[in-house]
Amino acid sequence: MSYLDYQVAQVPTGWRKILHLNWPLVFLVTAVSSIGFLMLYSVSGGDIDRWAGPQMERFAVGMAVMLALAFVPIWFWRSISVVSYVICVALLVLVEVVGDVGMGAQRWLVLGPIRIQPSELTKVAFVLTLAAYYDWLPVDKVSRPFWVLVPVVLILLPTGLVLMQPDLGTSIMLVAGGGIVMFAAGVSLWYFAAVIAIAVAAVTTVLESRGTDWQLLHDYQFRRIDTFLDPGSDPLGAGYNIAQAQIALGSGGWSGRGFMQGTQSRLNFLPEKHTDFIFTSLAEEFGFVGAGSLLVLYVLILGFCMYSALTNRDRFASLLTIGIAGTFFLYFSINMATVMGMLPAKGSPLPLVSYGGTSLMILLMGFGIVQSAHVHRPRG
Amino acid sequence: MRKSERDIAESSRLITRRVLMLGAIQAAVVSALGLKLRSMQLEHADEYRMLSDGNSIKIRLLPPARGLVLDRNGTIIAGNEQNYRVTLTREEAGDISAVIARLRHIIAMSDRQAAEILEEIRKRSAVTPVLVADRLSWDEFSSIALNAPALPGVTPEAGLSRSYPRAGDFAHVLGYVGPVSDYDLSKIEDPDPVLRLPEFQLGKVGMEAKLEEALRGKAGSRRVEVNSAGREMRELSRQEGQQGATVQTTLDAGLQNFATQRLGNESAAAVVLDVTTGDIVAISSSPVFDPNKFVRGISGPDYRALMEHDHRPLADKTVQGVYPPGSTFKMVTLLAGLESGVIDSGSRFYCPGYTTVAGRRFHCWSRGGHGMVDAMGSLEHSCDVYYYELAQRVGIDRIAAMARKLGIGVRHDLPMSAIAEGIAPDRDWKRARYDQEWQVGDSLNASIGQGYVLASPLQLAVMTARLATGRAVAPRLVRAIDGQAEPVPDWPALDIAPLHLHAARAGMDAVMNSSRGTARRSRITLPEWRMAGKTGTSQVRNITAAERARGVISNEQLPWNRRDHALFVCFAPYEMPRYAVSVVVEHGGGGGAVAAPIARDILLYALADGLPPLSAYPEAERAKVQEIWSRMNLMPSARKGEARARA
Repeated sequence: MSYLDYQVAQVPTGWRKILHLNWPLVFLVTAVSSIGFLMLYSVSGGDIDRWAGPQMERFAVGMAVMLALAFVPIWFWRSISVVSYVICVALLVLVEVVGDVGMGAQRWLVLGPIRIQPSELTKVAFVLTLAAYYDWLPVDKVSRPFWVLVPVVLILLPTGLVLMQPDLGTSIMLVAGGGIVMFAAGVSLWYFAAVIAIAVAAVTTVLESRGTDWQLLHDYQFRRIDTFLDPGSDPLGAGYNIAQAQIALGSGGWSGRGFMQGTQSRLNFLPEKHTDFIFTSLAEEFGFVGAGSLLVLYVLILGFCMYSALTNRDRFASLLTIGIAGTFFLYFSINMATVMGMLPAKGSPLPLVSYGGTSLMILLMGFGIVQSAHVHRPRG
Repeated sequence: MRKSERDIAESSRLITRRVLMLGAIQAAVVSALGLKLRSMQLEHADEYRMLSDGNSIKIRLLPPARGLVLDRNGTIIAGNEQNYRVTLTREEAGDISAVIARLRHIIAMSDRQAAEILEEIRKRSAVTPVLVADRLSWDEFSSIALNAPALPGVTPEAGLSRSYPRAGDFAHVLGYVGPVSDYDLSKIEDPDPVLRLPEFQLGKVGMEAKLEEALRGKAGSRRVEVNSAGREMRELSRQEGQQGATVQTTLDAGLQNFATQRLGNESAAAVVLDVTTGDIVAISSSPVFDPNKFVRGISGPDYRALMEHDHRPLADKTVQGVYPPGSTFKMVTLLAGLESGVIDSGSRFYCPGYTTVAGRRFHCWSRGGHGMVDAMGSLEHSCDVYYYELAQRVGIDRIAAMARKLGIGVRHDLPMSAIAEGIAPDRDWKRARYDQEWQVGDSLNASIGQGYVLASPLQLAVMTARLATGRAVAPRLVRAIDGQAEPVPDWPALDIAPLHLHAARAGMDAVMNSSRGTARRSRITLPEWRMAGKTGTSQVRNITAAERARGVISNEQLPWNRRDHALFVCFAPYEMPRYAVSVVVEHGGGGGAVAAPIARDILLYALADGLPPLSAYPEAERAKVQEIWSRMNLMPSARKGEARARA
């Protein structure tokens, strides 16, 4: 593959690329992030220096990175995809050896002043790799067993490393994200049916393993499953967070309790109110109007990405966009489903809104690549 | 390598199909999220709102200030004082040892106390305030408030605590309050939630306990917002409570103080009644204790000292203590005789110093006898044989009926603890109590207030008041509640012929004022306060015939608790009775020598409303009286004039 494969003449060059950016997406991302700043300001009790300020700085940097990445020609991403995959796997191995322990899991890698979560980086990097793989693979071979096995291994290698941290949530995200790319690439639906069947069997096995010598999950993970299945079973222990989150969410009603008036978050009944449970603060203070608006904004982001993918005749760019948008979809739907009690609590941030540098930066980088795919799409 | 157009087209078609499928799945998921959001926020919002408010809004009770207790002139005898205390909250304090070390510069605290407090703070939750110091002086308190920045987590608090400004004077009648125990709660049906507040105080004994309902008041409430750790964040609304009712008693703080001091260290009791109203003007049991110590939590050694004291300071001898009334009971027997018509006031009996009934010899206190004795003389000389003769003719049932008519053997209803009924024995009583028939000897003993007869000092005072007025006066302790005066009943006349009452009063007058009266030394010499009374000396041991033959051992030679009780009842002024007084000195010896001077002094103080002029005393007594006064340390109290001016 080379630069020449693209119909360069019809692709904008230089500063003119700025006119061809997916501007609605830029505005939507900014709007969602602004909701985040507002909520971070609110849950800190009006202390801008605590969370909202730092988050805005990171967003500014992230936006610059996103626009910079948008200018990078799409072929560049394809050419670095394999390298980035290898680097990510190496980092995951490294974090396993020397990583910082946070919240009972090894997730952080400290490189001088920068603390990074290799598992977050992997989410984007392996989407690139899978997109490049299916771009290279002729369409008629997509569903052949061998050519299905290759991406499965590509997915399972980093997933296995993340699972060892242990981070079940991100592992599931990786599998699902990879699955979305494979699905979009046209892998036969029978494989997905088979995987779902195997997954159901595996989940049953894992649950059966509890209390035996070959127990497959940590006790805290089992307890989260218990809590999910019956939140009332332990209202002051593991179920407390979920119960309080639901109270906050439900009590918001139609229009909410008002900005900075949410008693659940302000009085510390909500756990992790600035990260994983920030959606409940929003729902409490701005009610169904606020929470529903955020959901609509997310759907619009998703829609613009999918439309961009549909209209992009470059297979790599298209799959890439679908993979990143799919990961974004998994992010917000899992977080919302969790705080609403539809999924077991597993600690995932709300994309673009939750406080946290790595997640925000990776997402904006992802959208930068989506922009790059959009700007450099084949014309004519 | 360039991709073929066909490949690109097929790939596009495939991707388009799969993207649409993916979009459908995503739309389904988003719809599920939206529906769940709608269900929680629109359909079940009210339920969650309730849970949310339940989380964050707590109702805290505001303890009401306890009602004041006043004496008859408005002097506070049970009040509330500011209790300055300091609590420490670990979460805010940070380094608690450093904070406590700094706190110790301001308030005295032993190493052991400091260690105990540290231990307590570590044990409790980080947000629970722990009491560090109690009952601080204003200086300490303000100094802590001033140094607040250097003392994070330290909260100075001001609360109210019961205090008894007259110390021990009213200890027995008022009782005291204390922390609410589980036992207290178990006794109350549906207890007021305010009782569960940790610092709340409940009346334990005495008037504090009996008038608990009125004195407690109504709790106020505060709605506060708390955080998840239970710490108060702000107050949403506040409804003040209602202070307990102010109870004005019939007591006179000045007289009570005088009576208590006059009893001194004796194990004794004195009751002063206003004979016209029944008001208990003073009711003093001695020795006293300081009820403030109980409010603050009495120390083990202090409590043991009170329990082991042989004078039983914790017992209220005025209403709980019952004693053989001895010769003070003779008016009862005399009136029973007169009323029944067995004798008249001129009837005489011969006293040879003893009488023999059913083969047993009953002695008069005077071994030589009194010769011929009539009604007046029987009281004047306290002749026992006269009553032995009378008792055999009247019979015990009529004596007992007269005793009850005069208030002995009857429980007087007052807001005080453990009021004794006493015993006015008769045939039925003995049958029920001992399953034995009444013996004539029992009547003889009862006729002089010995044997089975038992009366409390309060009952003796009631008896005296009824004798003095001829009305069925009953004792009262509460004059007004919250300014609402308790009406004084129009006491009905006793069903006793005035002539007979006059005979008994004349006898009592002779006791004091005739040249050979048994209590002549304790008379009042001012004619307008002329006093009538009756001595009583009751045995607490049997005197055997052998001892009597050798000579009765004098009280001074006996151990304290084997000595006779000294009793005295009196009223004054004789012509227009105003006050009745009874005094019992446990194991005090002779009633005339020991109890009469005390009763006389208290009566004079009541009549004079303060220390009386020395001219009220017989000349021979004045030096002694002055000496007694000089030993007293009387508390100032509101004079009646001042109280009126204030009202």
